[in-house]
Amino acid sequence: MKLFNTALFLVCTLLFCKVAAQNSEMATVKGGDYLPLYGAADKMVNVESFMIDVYPVTNADFLKFVKEYPQWKKSNVKSLFADESYLTKWKTDESFSGLPNAPVTNVSWFAAKKYCECLGKRLPKMDEWEFAAMANENVPDARKVEAYNQYILNWYETPKTFNKPIGSTFKNYWGVYDLHGLVWEWTQDFNTVLISGESRKDVDKDSNLFCGSAAIGASDLMNYAAFMRYAFRGSMKARYSSQNLGFRCAKDIEN
Amino acid sequence: MKNFKYILLALSLFAISCNDASKKDSAGIESTSEKSSDNKISDMSIYNLPSHWTTQDGNEIELKQLQGKVLVMVMIYTSCQAACPRLVADMRNLEKQVPEDKKEDVQYVFVSIDPKIDTPERFTAFAKENEMEDEKWLFLSGSEDDTREFAAVLAVNYKQISPMDFSHSNIISVFNKAGELAHQQEGLGVDNKETVQAIIDLAI
Repeated sequence: MKLFNTALFLVCTLLFCKVAAQNSEMATVKGGDYLPLYGAADKMVNVESFMIDVYPVTNADFLKFVKEYPQWKKSNVKSLFADESYLTKWKTDESFSGLPNAPVTNVSWFAAKKYCECLGKRLPKMDEWEFAAMANENVPDARKVEAYNQYILNWYETPKTFNKPIGSTFKNYWGVYDLHGLVWEWTQDFNTVLISGESRKDVDKDSNLFCGSAAIGASDLMNYAAFMRYAFRGSMKARYSSQNLGFRCAKDIEN
Repeated sequence: MKNFKYILLALSLFAISCNDASKKDSAGIESTSEKSSDNKISDMSIYNLPSHWTTQDGNEIELKQLQGKVLVMVMIYTSCQAACPRLVADMRNLEKQVPEDKKEDVQYVFVSIDPKIDTPERFTAFAKENEMEDEKWLFLSGSEDDTREFAAVLAVNYKQISPMDFSHSNIISVFNKAGELAHQQEGLGVDNKETVQAIIDLAI
């Protein structure tokens, strides 16, 4: 009987999670080697194949999550896990502002991490995110394609893209939408970006970016676009939230 | 039918992980509801973290078992050649400057950023080498996930730069008896006057 109850409980939990997973559609990204902007001494990094959400998590998704896990409602959340700007534009605990299918923003890393865990997923690692985001519509690594870089830089200059619905940017080579063009996204290990302290080498690289007297070519633009992301990550703390920062989940590929 | 079995298996695995998460959460809720009792855990307390850690003696603990002491915490790894020996020295210097009557109230905690390597045996040897076998020195290692989360709380950034080496920010954090972050000292061999004062003020 006890077993039966446990099973029933599991099934119920499952149903609940199922409901919460509105945009649970995922795409598979085939792994490979790539050279990140900030790596270990310019070494190639191997990324294993993984799955990633096709879209960022939306307002509606997140509302379901806080209803199921009330400790993540804005009036309940512990300040250790979220600063005062957490869900700041939500008028009440259960009413978001903006479109239901716009990406949820103003969420802390802790909240994003918890959301993914409930769905049996996790946040993408920074290398996974960067790897998936190198793709444009046609090729897995478009970082040398001028139009790709120009697209990202144009987005950086466009205000309030976080109000747009998910899926309103391009579908990339892997079938993933909105990695560029709507919001920036949390990664599991965002706190591997070292801007100060021991990472003097990284800092030198930054100054090269800014002070380089060479003409700005495609690769400079590419580095600039990526540099902005790394610098942003380096400036974030796990309890911070921001109106242009959302997230999506990822998952290992099960054998 | 075979397929169906697999699906069922997958579904139940999925459910278990959700269930796990909710269990953890309900533990969190319990601690909030304890607010009215003596074991009050405030919103900003690290005792809200549900993570489990292994000590140098091989014991499993949760951070909230450290409640009631001032905590001086630093993240290191034992195979570290450059900064860590200096961080260890910095910790020792802090300990030396805390007056005798307050020493009992302070717990010095080293948290590994390389938990795969830093086993209890390794930490025990490390403690011996550094003459830190007294109870006031505590060495913890946890899962990779919990370690990353704990670093996020301390705002310590770190990255593995080779199998043997990490790059990390050098921060010593002081927590009050309720587990709230009260002071941070950033950098190596810096003037520790303020940190010592913070420990003394908190250890009442």
